[in-house]
Amino acid sequence: MIHPIPPGTRDVLPDEMRELRRLHLALIEVFEGHGYGEVATPAIEYDEVLAQGDGRAADTAYRFFDSSGDLLALRSDMTIPIARLVATRYAEAEMPLRLCYLANAYRAVRPQRGQMREFAQAGVELIGAPAPQGTAEVIEVLAAALDAAGLDRAVIGLGDADLYRQLLAEFGVEGEARESLLSRLAAHDLVGLEAELSELPGISDEQVATCIALSQLRGGKEVLDEARSLGGDAVERATARMGETLEELERRGASRRVQIDLGLLRDLGYYSGAILEVYDPALGHVLGGGGRYDGLMKRFGLDLPAAGFALYMERVHVAQLEEESPTGGSS
Amino acid sequence: MGRAKTEGPLKIAVPRGALLGETLDALDAVGIDTSEVRGESRSLIFPGQSITLVTMRPSDVPTYVEAGAADVGITGKDVLLEQHDRVVYELLDLGFGRCRMVLAGRVGDERLGESQRRLGMMRIATKYPRIAERHFERTGRQVEVIEVKGSVELAPLIGLADGIVDLVATGRTLEENDLEVREEILECTARFVANRVAHKLRAREVDGLAAKLRESLGR
Repeated sequence: MIHPIPPGTRDVLPDEMRELRRLHLALIEVFEGHGYGEVATPAIEYDEVLAQGDGRAADTAYRFFDSSGDLLALRSDMTIPIARLVATRYAEAEMPLRLCYLANAYRAVRPQRGQMREFAQAGVELIGAPAPQGTAEVIEVLAAALDAAGLDRAVIGLGDADLYRQLLAEFGVEGEARESLLSRLAAHDLVGLEAELSELPGISDEQVATCIALSQLRGGKEVLDEARSLGGDAVERATARMGETLEELERRGASRRVQIDLGLLRDLGYYSGAILEVYDPALGHVLGGGGRYDGLMKRFGLDLPAAGFALYMERVHVAQLEEESPTGGSS
Repeated sequence: MGRAKTEGPLKIAVPRGALLGETLDALDAVGIDTSEVRGESRSLIFPGQSITLVTMRPSDVPTYVEAGAADVGITGKDVLLEQHDRVVYELLDLGFGRCRMVLAGRVGDERLGESQRRLGMMRIATKYPRIAERHFERTGRQVEVIEVKGSVELAPLIGLADGIVDLVATGRTLEENDLEVREEILECTARFVANRVAHKLRAREVDGLAAKLRESLGR
């Protein structure tokens, strides 16, 4: 008898489970080793509480009523539940607070794309530690986690979530036009970006060129200088923030994997300042991401800076297999 | 989830069909040898030292590039718009392969307007259901979009639909089937796209190729 399960979910059998378990243990050991205590929160929460974090970021795809008529939702990530937990239980605690998790989260999928509705994430949240030290610490833990997973070639992209918001404000672009341009930047639609920006009144060719050129700048420390040469206040501030984070990372000896990326923009609404993405040549998809979300805790009534990251466990596992295979890592 | 890698020779997804000739010309112009693809070979993959060409249907290009099975690719804007939820970076408008997405109806036939007036709704056959739906939504009209896979010109001729939304290059196919353009929806050209991870990890190669294409095509 064949009994179906919903698309985007899956069973894990013993061979895979053994390997996943090893990976889980290795990562939690790294997190614990850096002083991050593991927490678990319920997979279902009140929809209204999750939405408080950020309607757009929460993006809960599965909502339902319980027997008493309350609207519940399956969490779409762990950052918001942990913000909720910290505000509720650690309001008086000594900061910074270091927490980690390994948990399933749930999102909507587009059909026939191999996307998962239910997926495991491992990550950390550092609450109460501002940039640049807090950011550098999170990147250091992320780099150690990638070491532990055996992904020697993985790269951590470091960008800045405020750069284009501020740059466009500097150009005098506000409101709907700015949101539309930001979504073009997030999708990296350079053709659309150039066309839309050129059509705006009062935007010079030079400003269009600056915006396009910035979005293409990625590489080592030198790209910060290249960015600065393009000029402007927003660029100056963003490159200063990134430069400080990079310096702090160098001081900690944890800058090897970092690629500065001025074109990086994630569409999760709650990020501010540093944003992170993880890539590995063994896989065409992003392995994980994170960054700073200094405004998020305030939404739960505790005004504290925060940063963190999450890795998609299934993808890390696939990358691990590719790295171990005889052809992997040869080029 | 795909297992595609972004390593080895840079893999370029090359569209077969109407865009093939100009795509190969553009690649030749930046020093990529395309003679094998132009030859009699029935192969789909043409490996090289630093670059491998992979030929496929234009509508498959976003699929391969999104997964990283191809690092970069060339395809029409029509394809990208129809599959707008695919995550590929659109880096350059190549300018060739210019054509228009139009709403067309039978010559002298008022059925499009008639249906809209008397039934409040038009029936539109198309190979581009998402582009069509978005166009009518944006212009505040209700339509029933009927997706067909083959010759869409057939649909209004035998009463499947009141009109069609389709891509037109010269307009000859429309003319031959007694159809005429009623509205222009958008103009499409070929675009250079990249996989998100390849764009980060193979920055120099991807940027170099984009810059050379931009220069040689005068974009």
